[in-house]
Amino acid sequence: MEPERTGWPWDGFNIEEVELPDQSDDYGVPSDDEEDFNAEEIQKDEGFSCVVVVDNLPVIGIEKYEKLLGVLKKIFSQIGEVHEDGLYMPVDEQTKKTKGFAFIEFANPDQAKIARQQAEGYKLDKSHTFKCNLLKEVEDMSATPEEYKEPELKDFVRKDNLYSWMLDARGRDQFAVRYQDMTEIHWNDPKTGTSEDVYSRSFWTESYVQWSPQGTMLATVHRQGAQVWGGEEFSRIQRFGHSKVQLIDFSPCEKYLVSYSSQESPNPREGPMAVFNVSDLKSGQTLRSFKGKLSDFMVAGGEHKAPGVEGALQWPLFKWCQGNDDKYFARLARNKSGKTMISVYETPEMGLLEKKSLQMEHIVDFHWSPTQALMCVYQAASPDGNQPARVSLVEIPSRSEIKSKNLFSVKDVTVHWHPDGTYLALQVSRFTKSGKTSYNGFEFFRVGERNTPMEVLELEKKQEKIVSFAWEPKGHRFAIVHGDGARPDVSFYTMQDGQKGQIKHLGTLHGRPVTSLHWSPQGKFLIIAGLKGLNGQLEFFNVNDMDTMAINEHFMCTNVDWDPTGRYVATSVTSVHQMENGYIVWSFLGQQLYKVNRDRFFQFLWRPRMPLDLGKDKENEIQKNLKKYSKRFEAEDETLKSQADVEKMEERKNMETEWADFLESKKKVFEEIREEHEALVRLSGYVESEQSAQTEEIEVEEVVSVKEEKMPR
Amino acid sequence: MRPLLLKGHTRPLTFIKYNLDGDVLVSCAKDHRPTLWYADSGERIGTYKGHNGATWSCDITRDSTRLVTASADSTVKLWNLATGECIYTYEFDIPCRSVSFSLGEEYILLTTDAFMGVPPAVRILKHSKDTEEQTHEEVLLVNDAHPGRITRAMWGRLNKTFVTSCEDGLVRKFDASTGKLLNSVKIHDKSIQMMDMDRDQNTIITASQDKTSKLLDADTFEVLKTYQCDRPLNTAAISPIRDHIALGGGQDAASVTTSAGQAGKFEVVLYHKLFMEMFGTVRGHFGPLNFVAFSPNGKSFTTGGEDGYVRVHHFDSDYFEQEFA
Repeated sequence: MEPERTGWPWDGFNIEEVELPDQSDDYGVPSDDEEDFNAEEIQKDEGFSCVVVVDNLPVIGIEKYEKLLGVLKKIFSQIGEVHEDGLYMPVDEQTKKTKGFAFIEFANPDQAKIARQQAEGYKLDKSHTFKCNLLKEVEDMSATPEEYKEPELKDFVRKDNLYSWMLDARGRDQFAVRYQDMTEIHWNDPKTGTSEDVYSRSFWTESYVQWSPQGTMLATVHRQGAQVWGGEEFSRIQRFGHSKVQLIDFSPCEKYLVSYSSQESPNPREGPMAVFNVSDLKSGQTLRSFKGKLSDFMVAGGEHKAPGVEGALQWPLFKWCQGNDDKYFARLARNKSGKTMISVYETPEMGLLEKKSLQMEHIVDFHWSPTQALMCVYQAASPDGNQPARVSLVEIPSRSEIKSKNLFSVKDVTVHWHPDGTYLALQVSRFTKSGKTSYNGFEFFRVGERNTPMEVLELEKKQEKIVSFAWEPKGHRFAIVHGDGARPDVSFYTMQDGQKGQIKHLGTLHGRPVTSLHWSPQGKFLIIAGLKGLNGQLEFFNVNDMDTMAINEHFMCTNVDWDPTGRYVATSVTSVHQMENGYIVWSFLGQQLYKVNRDRFFQFLWRPRMPLDLGKDKENEIQKNLKKYSKRFEAEDETLKSQADVEKMEERKNMETEWADFLESKKKVFEEIREEHEALVRLSGYVESEQSAQTEEIEVEEVVSVKEEKMPR
Repeated sequence: MRPLLLKGHTRPLTFIKYNLDGDVLVSCAKDHRPTLWYADSGERIGTYKGHNGATWSCDITRDSTRLVTASADSTVKLWNLATGECIYTYEFDIPCRSVSFSLGEEYILLTTDAFMGVPPAVRILKHSKDTEEQTHEEVLLVNDAHPGRITRAMWGRLNKTFVTSCEDGLVRKFDASTGKLLNSVKIHDKSIQMMDMDRDQNTIITASQDKTSKLLDADTFEVLKTYQCDRPLNTAAISPIRDHIALGGGQDAASVTTSAGQAGKFEVVLYHKLFMEMFGTVRGHFGPLNFVAFSPNGKSFTTGGEDGYVRVHHFDSDYFEQEFA
């Protein structure tokens, strides 16, 4: 049977002549395996780094060649696994003598590195001391041009002003919101009752966004690494390559960035591997990388928990010393014998401070002071009961212990530093004598005072659960939420009672639906919030007058965030709930300013402000002339408001005229078909009269029944 | 004025229709009995007995003599509005959803659901004033234009066209004599649950699960206004006298139990039609709102909820006096 003819010219067609495309051609479609291929290539590249070049060998004749080779083999196979035929000494063709160096290939790059270190400076005899280098390094060195070439100077490119947002004429604050695939930056503009868009972008980040601690930059997290953005146009400032990065953390002065990723280890029997990179923010260079099993990094919680069982990584793992120009950062670690220690690293060298970690047993956690190089270390009691639990204040870099306290029969300790670093509160829960129940108490350290005096505070009902504890920023007060039921009590205390400087109870609010406390960053005002399960009731409280200013509700509210100035509060419902997603901005008095609904809402982040140090004199002067200033600002607000009103009215007027035009045009359309329309209406046999039906009201009095009854006296 | 609570249905409400004069209204529900009420007092006049499935929608002739109802029991029935007597039954083998009389009442526009491999379809049936002449005559069938359920179909100007809203978020316009697709526009990201047209057939309002309602030019399908709401919407209506619209909806029935009563968002929301701003809510139902309809004189509106109740709300006098500010 003849094959069916298609349009193809079968005649004169030779199958041998067909040129198939190259196998490696991917037709522009990248393969999923590409990453793996690239990974292999890197491996091959590393074959070079398996080779060590040993220099300064004796120059010998052919006859002694084998002997020297044997000696070298003996030396190096002690250090690592030398590749078969992996030893080679070049011989000079003319003199028939060795050239005085040898190549040694090891099984893997790590061994080569070790061999290089160990064999460096090895004395073969009096006049021959080994000089070792990795072949890769030799290559690099020889690739360096002999002559010095001056680097070309690039033209100066003016970068965006990274601090432009601080220069807003009306002193507004910015915030970032993330919902669905959008990330947006807004001005909070409560005077006009709205927020003004600054920048928005879809798919800006693959997991989340984060402001730097002083608000200069916004970080986005991607599969390939992290990026930071800033300036008026939010252009990219720097990127940090870190494959599959999961979490990032800035140093407080925005000098460094710590990023973390974990990956399943290629060996299925081993747990996941973790990589922590500490990078320089300005250059983007990784300065130090910490790698290892993820379980080795999960130390927090103390030794009574078996390693690797903790489940979650404590983040940030590397804690930065605050207010010290990012000089130190520290982490909790375990030494070789499994005991806990604190490793303090020094920047910019990224080395261990004095090459030693702080060896302290049973550390559960440690916390830097928010203002100085001082850390509070909490050690749990030893399992055998010989050592009580202990809290100590350790100064860095001197490592001297300023103060410490032993605590007995402790169940748990929670550490609360005052934001100014002046006080330290320990929330201690202790076992009762029976060991079955526990009760709570507080220990206070006055860090700001000489000799760090200590004080103890016990609640009236010791068994009560402590729901929350919060220090007043820029003040001396704190609030505790305590109680067992759904409506616990809120108690206020001050650290400064008159001249004596003692803790004094200021007052208690009874039975509040509260889960958390949110102090204004300026102190004085407090939001007592019942979040999540408690429907989102918000009580705006003035602690100076012990007076409730307003009680409001943001249904299902999950987050409460004060803006950095303490003028406004944002409450938000994130996508943990299905409905009501979005945010509300309130004044500090509890007035709702505006509300925005956004489906699948993830993050609301006020842009932090950098600390502003005007100096005491200037601050006092402003305080003194506050009235004068406020008058000016009030006038500004007034004009702004009226302007907004005018604009709105204008806009509405436009809409109305537009609509009138629309109706007019439709009327014309209808006029053309009017007769046909009326004909159809008549078809239905029922036509409304042109005039609307007249309604007449007629009062009708009707006597239903008349009955005479005698009233009983 | 206190709202009237009309208790008569045992299952979720699906549709409400006022007659032209606005003195009576018919409510349809998932129980099998469409019910006739006095619109002013809320007194029940009677029910239409005969359907064996949920009734999805209805329409009343201009002279208020006849009612047509479409039901999931695969029938469309014509009733004597006043007596409740069933005049004629169009029988199909697929659930019927949306019905409406043409201007002049010579035809009925019907939509049927997808069922057992039969695609969703729009049909035009012949309607005859004379009961004796009434036959089951299908003038037009369009069954290849909609990928999902057709939620509503309405006549265009002079019965020359008709408009459908579909679950796929599209609004389509067809030539009523040939069935040719004239225009289709993607209006919503999610299902359009209901649409309504103003009395002059100038604009169409849609209500969608994507939490927005849109006002369209009925001729061009141009989106004139968008009303962003905070809940999935089931229904929308245009006030006949003022520049207002009413929207309703709420969390879908399946997830209601997962949140407190207030979170369900079952209120009627009133928006200014031109400024696209919300100016009021009316609470009452304790289930999602399935239907809202303005009375023809614009002085009251009626809502039907998943909770099985019909509520008639009369506006207070200040509603008519107040200017939007």
